[in-house]
Amino acid sequence: MARKQNNEITWDTFSEGLWRENPVFAMLLGMCPVLAVTNSAINALAMGVATTFVLLASGILISLLRRQIPKQVRIATYIVIIATFVTIVDYSIQAISLDLYNALGAFIQLIVVNCMILGRAEAYASKNRPLKAFVNALGMGAGFTFALLCLGVVREVLGAGKLFGFDLFGPQFEPWVVMVLPAGGFIVLGAWLLLFEWFKQRKAQSESEAVVEAR
Amino acid sequence: MNYESLSFIFLNAVLANNFVLALFLGLCPFLGVSGKLNTAVPMGLATMFVMLVSSVCAYGINIVLVGLDIEFLRLIAYIVVIASAVQLVEMTLKKFSPGLFRALGIFLPLITTNCAILGLALFQTFKEYDFLQSLVYALGAGTGFILAIMLMAGMREKLELSNLPSVTQGAAVSLMLGGLLSLSFMGFAGLGGQ
Repeated sequence: MARKQNNEITWDTFSEGLWRENPVFAMLLGMCPVLAVTNSAINALAMGVATTFVLLASGILISLLRRQIPKQVRIATYIVIIATFVTIVDYSIQAISLDLYNALGAFIQLIVVNCMILGRAEAYASKNRPLKAFVNALGMGAGFTFALLCLGVVREVLGAGKLFGFDLFGPQFEPWVVMVLPAGGFIVLGAWLLLFEWFKQRKAQSESEAVVEAR
Repeated sequence: MNYESLSFIFLNAVLANNFVLALFLGLCPFLGVSGKLNTAVPMGLATMFVMLVSSVCAYGINIVLVGLDIEFLRLIAYIVVIASAVQLVEMTLKKFSPGLFRALGIFLPLITTNCAILGLALFQTFKEYDFLQSLVYALGAGTGFILAIMLMAGMREKLELSNLPSVTQGAAVSLMLGGLLSLSFMGFAGLGGQ
């Protein structure tokens, strides 16, 4: 990725977080919430939205303050900014839905230590203009939510036979309990990574074959 | 107040509710630094030390915050304390063991963003542990982390020698291993009636 200091906002600014640099599948950042709260699709969605909000808000603020923050204390400053927004999210979710709050547990507060948010602040928001940082954060957040949903849907369908709380298979279905347990999180994410790696290798192979044929 | 016995808290944090394998805390170093045993163990020890320091600090801070009735600042206060504790460890390591300092690399400052440490501080607050209970809880969580990262590093060292299909190399196979490890730790779930 070429990091020239241009202020152009392209489709790429948004889309790199969605796929090529997807925080979960490509960079393996912010794994703890990814595995911990994805035992159902609705939890995964809520977590994704909450994280996206923190990512957006902290991205904009850090980008606005990027000339004021002294270099030596920047990490501490970023963390305090992020912690502030997480506190806001924490209390908002508590006010909106207590059930959801209890289901997500401490993981809302643990958004603070999601490496992805700090990583974006350091690598992107502190170097770019607010609007560009906003678009990029939106892409990253969408990518993160997409990844959480990928896991949440698989785990809920296999582990409970439901999707967003609706029964899919009827009463004869025997749920794979292991999928909603912690072990299932590791295994499902591993399986997704395998799938993506397989696609990537197949694509690389067909490309190299095309080159050979063109000669 | 919480009346759990100290031995129960310790065993629970090490085995039944292992921070890494059952609660999914601290996965970044678990996946990132578990390539070799001789970096995994110091990483575990450093994490455990930070856990102990921040657990003690968090206990004190919580009393102050509750006393002043400003609990909403808890998260910010905790994270600042943890960041300072990590800085302390970093400086100590740099002085006394530069080789190790280089081996741990970026993952040393990243202990700050290790969810296991903030998670520990938050859980001990939620569970209303007293001072001694908090300390034992931190000790147990640290031991559990070291145990998990050592097991993982041992397995990955063996894996280096085996012949894997090319698609499974890298993170995918580590995650599968983590899944199996987590599955086997579920066998401890009966301990203490959890």
